[in-house]
Amino acid sequence: MSTAEDIRTPPVGQHQIGHHEAKPGEHGWTQTGVSNEKLGMWVFLGSECLLFGGLISTYLLYKRTAVKGPVPHQLYDIPFTSVSSFVLLMSSMTMVLALAALQRGEEQRCRVWLVTTAMLGATFISGQVYEFTSFVKKGMGYTTNTAASAFYTLTGFHGVHVSIGIIMLMSLFVMSLRGRLPQERSEVVEIVGLYWHFVDIVWILIFTVVYLIP
Amino acid sequence: MAIIEAPEERGPLALPGGPGATTGRPVLGVFARPGQSKGWRSWITSVDHKRVGVMYGMAAIFFFLVGGIEALLIRLQLAHPNGTVLNAAQYNQVFTMHGITMIFLVIMPLGAALMNYLMPLQVGARDVAFPRLNAFSFWCFLFGGLFLNSSWFLGGAPDGGWFAYAPNTNPIFSPSHGMDFYALGLLITGIASTVGAINLVVTVINLRAPGMSLFKMPVFTWMGFVTQLLLVFAMPVITVALFLLLFDRQFGAQFFEVANGADPLLWQHLFWIFGHPEVYILILPAFGVVSEIIPVFSRKPIFGYPFMVISGIAIGFMGWGVWAHHMFASGVGPVSVAAFSVSTMFIAVPTGVKILNWIATMYGGRLRFTTAMKFAVGLVAMFTIGGLSGVTHAVSPSDLQQTDTYYIVAHFHYVIFGGALLGFFGAMYFWWPKAFGYTLNEKLGSWHFWLIIIGMNLTFGPMHIIGLEGQPRRTYTYPKGYGWDIWNLIETIGAFIIALAVLVFLFNVWRSRRTALREHIVVGPDPWDARGLEWMVPSPTPSHNFDEVPIVTHLDEFWHRKYGEDERGRPVRIAETADVVQKGDPTGVHLPSPSYWPIVIAAGLPIIGYGIIFSLGFAFVGAFIVLLGIYGLGLEPSVDPDAGHDGHDEPHGDGDGEDGAAAELPAGDAEDGAGDETPAAAANEEASAPA
Amino acid sequence: MSAPTTTTEAAHVEHEHAHPGDGEYMLVALFLAVVTGAEVGLYYVNMAFLPYAIILTVLMIVKFSTVVMFFMHLRFDSRLFRYVFLTGIVLATAVYMVVLLTFHFFSGH
Repeated sequence: MSTAEDIRTPPVGQHQIGHHEAKPGEHGWTQTGVSNEKLGMWVFLGSECLLFGGLISTYLLYKRTAVKGPVPHQLYDIPFTSVSSFVLLMSSMTMVLALAALQRGEEQRCRVWLVTTAMLGATFISGQVYEFTSFVKKGMGYTTNTAASAFYTLTGFHGVHVSIGIIMLMSLFVMSLRGRLPQERSEVVEIVGLYWHFVDIVWILIFTVVYLIP
Repeated sequence: MAIIEAPEERGPLALPGGPGATTGRPVLGVFARPGQSKGWRSWITSVDHKRVGVMYGMAAIFFFLVGGIEALLIRLQLAHPNGTVLNAAQYNQVFTMHGITMIFLVIMPLGAALMNYLMPLQVGARDVAFPRLNAFSFWCFLFGGLFLNSSWFLGGAPDGGWFAYAPNTNPIFSPSHGMDFYALGLLITGIASTVGAINLVVTVINLRAPGMSLFKMPVFTWMGFVTQLLLVFAMPVITVALFLLLFDRQFGAQFFEVANGADPLLWQHLFWIFGHPEVYILILPAFGVVSEIIPVFSRKPIFGYPFMVISGIAIGFMGWGVWAHHMFASGVGPVSVAAFSVSTMFIAVPTGVKILNWIATMYGGRLRFTTAMKFAVGLVAMFTIGGLSGVTHAVSPSDLQQTDTYYIVAHFHYVIFGGALLGFFGAMYFWWPKAFGYTLNEKLGSWHFWLIIIGMNLTFGPMHIIGLEGQPRRTYTYPKGYGWDIWNLIETIGAFIIALAVLVFLFNVWRSRRTALREHIVVGPDPWDARGLEWMVPSPTPSHNFDEVPIVTHLDEFWHRKYGEDERGRPVRIAETADVVQKGDPTGVHLPSPSYWPIVIAAGLPIIGYGIIFSLGFAFVGAFIVLLGIYGLGLEPSVDPDAGHDGHDEPHGDGDGEDGAAAELPAGDAEDGAGDETPAAAANEEASAPA
Repeated sequence: MSAPTTTTEAAHVEHEHAHPGDGEYMLVALFLAVVTGAEVGLYYVNMAFLPYAIILTVLMIVKFSTVVMFFMHLRFDSRLFRYVFLTGIVLATAVYMVVLLTFHFFSGH
């Protein structure tokens, strides 16, 4: 079994097993030099663009067709949502700081940033929950009208994506605690980070298109 | 991902390694890593792309019989006017399920079978980029298909057509659970397709052998690559549509409640933005098959390789710009109709290029009409007919007459049945010896071919006529006196001839296998004197694929190792096949280890589905199983540590009813050396598993 | 497990193209916060719809690109990632714009 004779941060995108570089046919070799997992995540994110694009378009289509009941635009609390958006943006920063820390070998600091990111994400989700419940109290439920259904579905899907991200972040945290997330595996954090940033940029879209533009 | 140093502690959820391994540490009651190479358990836990491909094929053939019976029921009902075989409600279910089954559970998985089996071989790789996800894709598809068909027994199958136009699919008009099974079933199979697509895209980009540039890849792999890219980007769109439908039906959302301001065209747009790329997803792999078969049996390279590749890319690209030609009669308005009419006319061009190039390949070649070649030429002929009727649909004024009539039914059966299905039958005859070590019987193959050609033309040919005479589609009966009676009867007879052809095929499969076993037939690696890398290994393909990854210098690399050219450009043998073909020696090869988790994760998904339809408690059980499976997969090293190499994490699907999210969890990196097998021995055991 | 040192940081920089340090990430985050503030501020300004929508859209694209290029590192990574991701974005934008156009979304109902 391989031992750590030569701990060396791998070059960008290159996989290594043990202390030698993978050869064609071996686990981890790629013709392009970029890792399979990272490429796979980017392909997945490309496909998610079509998913969120569809949900956003559905909302745009329906936001003015409601026949009855309050519509989202009447109920928005922009200052509140702005704070939520800010929180999510900052979580992107803490995410990339977690990655940078691990790439420097600072596992403890990485854990701190990972937990911070997860907590910022949880704060965002709490904000969403609060926002939704206040809308429901003011008479806009999921089934009230087309705009409401579209709004809750779009933001709901986004919220589920954030929640899954939080679960992944906490899983990384636990793995790191158990010593299973050393510097050489920083790419795992990078890949979770890509997902997390994507969820953030979807919110950047939603905040403008759904909340700010009437 | 480099695993350089591993701590001793493995953690409670890490699986103990290998057969017979003991770690001496308590583990949380999880299963030992599977290590068998024979028996049904080896198939259930296999992550080998070839086994996954074979399983896709077997499942597809099973569903083909289901869909075929549905077709025969339709034809029996329509054989005579005022038929009484099926009432209207039953007919709606049968034609809906026929369409869903044939498209999602037959043609797509047949394509997947071939792409999974061949693409890694054709690019010189040992497997796909994410073998366990690949296995998950298959089980997810299978369980999704079974879930969908269980609707027959649980209150009624979907009855809104495969295209499920809203608001007809809302609970008022479709009160049974059928459309919920539709939405959930297709969401589940959609996860399978999306995850599989990400897998193959990464495989083609990253795992090509050294020297194989993109423009040295076989045409089949190129067409498969474009198909997978189409899947990656198109599946999310139908995912949105299906969720909107599901939420309307289950939770009272207002997406298609017209009285409340909704617009039914939203469904149509979302569905067809997926639906049109979908038909290219159906046909491109078959185009790829033909581009492999025709050169081999013409003893000429494919004519115009760059054009074949670029036309495939063009079809994939332009396919995004034509979807509303399915909506000419829906009231989108003259501007949209005109725009989409023009774009649809343009898309005929790249397909025409392919047809011409196939014919040019055959021209001047030394033709051998094996069964595979017959089917390939059959595709060219039948697809041309279907393509011509397609051109008439592109012209929107004529489409307004044709739409919703049997003329359309004729068109898409000529292109899907006469195109995709014939291509896939040809593929089976062509690659059967590579996969199984013996050929299918050529004489029976000939009967299969001619019966199916006659049958399909009798069935779908007259549909052009009755369609133009006005017989509407999706309608359970028709009255006497329109002059349609005789044609419908002929079509029904044709359908039964198709059924006979299929029986001949099944008999061929059974008989050929029996003969091969009895007479110990081993057909050798290259029975057709073929061109691609997949023929450069023994038959059946060894589980490790290549002893050494080949260095590639040519398109049709294998051919160029067998043949040079004389001054006149004619092939001249430069090496014996036996000297070029690899030996099948697995020494030193480490394969990804089998795993239970893919099937576990996949099993949780239909349980979520049943839960949403019947009782929410089940949904939580299903979600828990999926979550458990994902953690199991994530924590398990992709290569069993006791097989010699430490773990390497892989992304896995998050199956909570969404598009497969490639969540990343690091795998255990155990290096405890507790395995009782040496790396080479373990690899040999894995590598000697029969295909 | 291992203590951070400036030497590892220096070695780290040497094999990656200009991998930003913590300070640079924080600057980017500050920039994003400022832009967000501007967006929210603009919300309260009484102005015509079209310029408002255009400015907000531009700011949105700026934030989006900033996160993608710097936090997701797309600017410095293999071009493959860029192609794949851009394909998704361009396709989604084009296709859904066409849908909205057929619903006369941009020209009033």
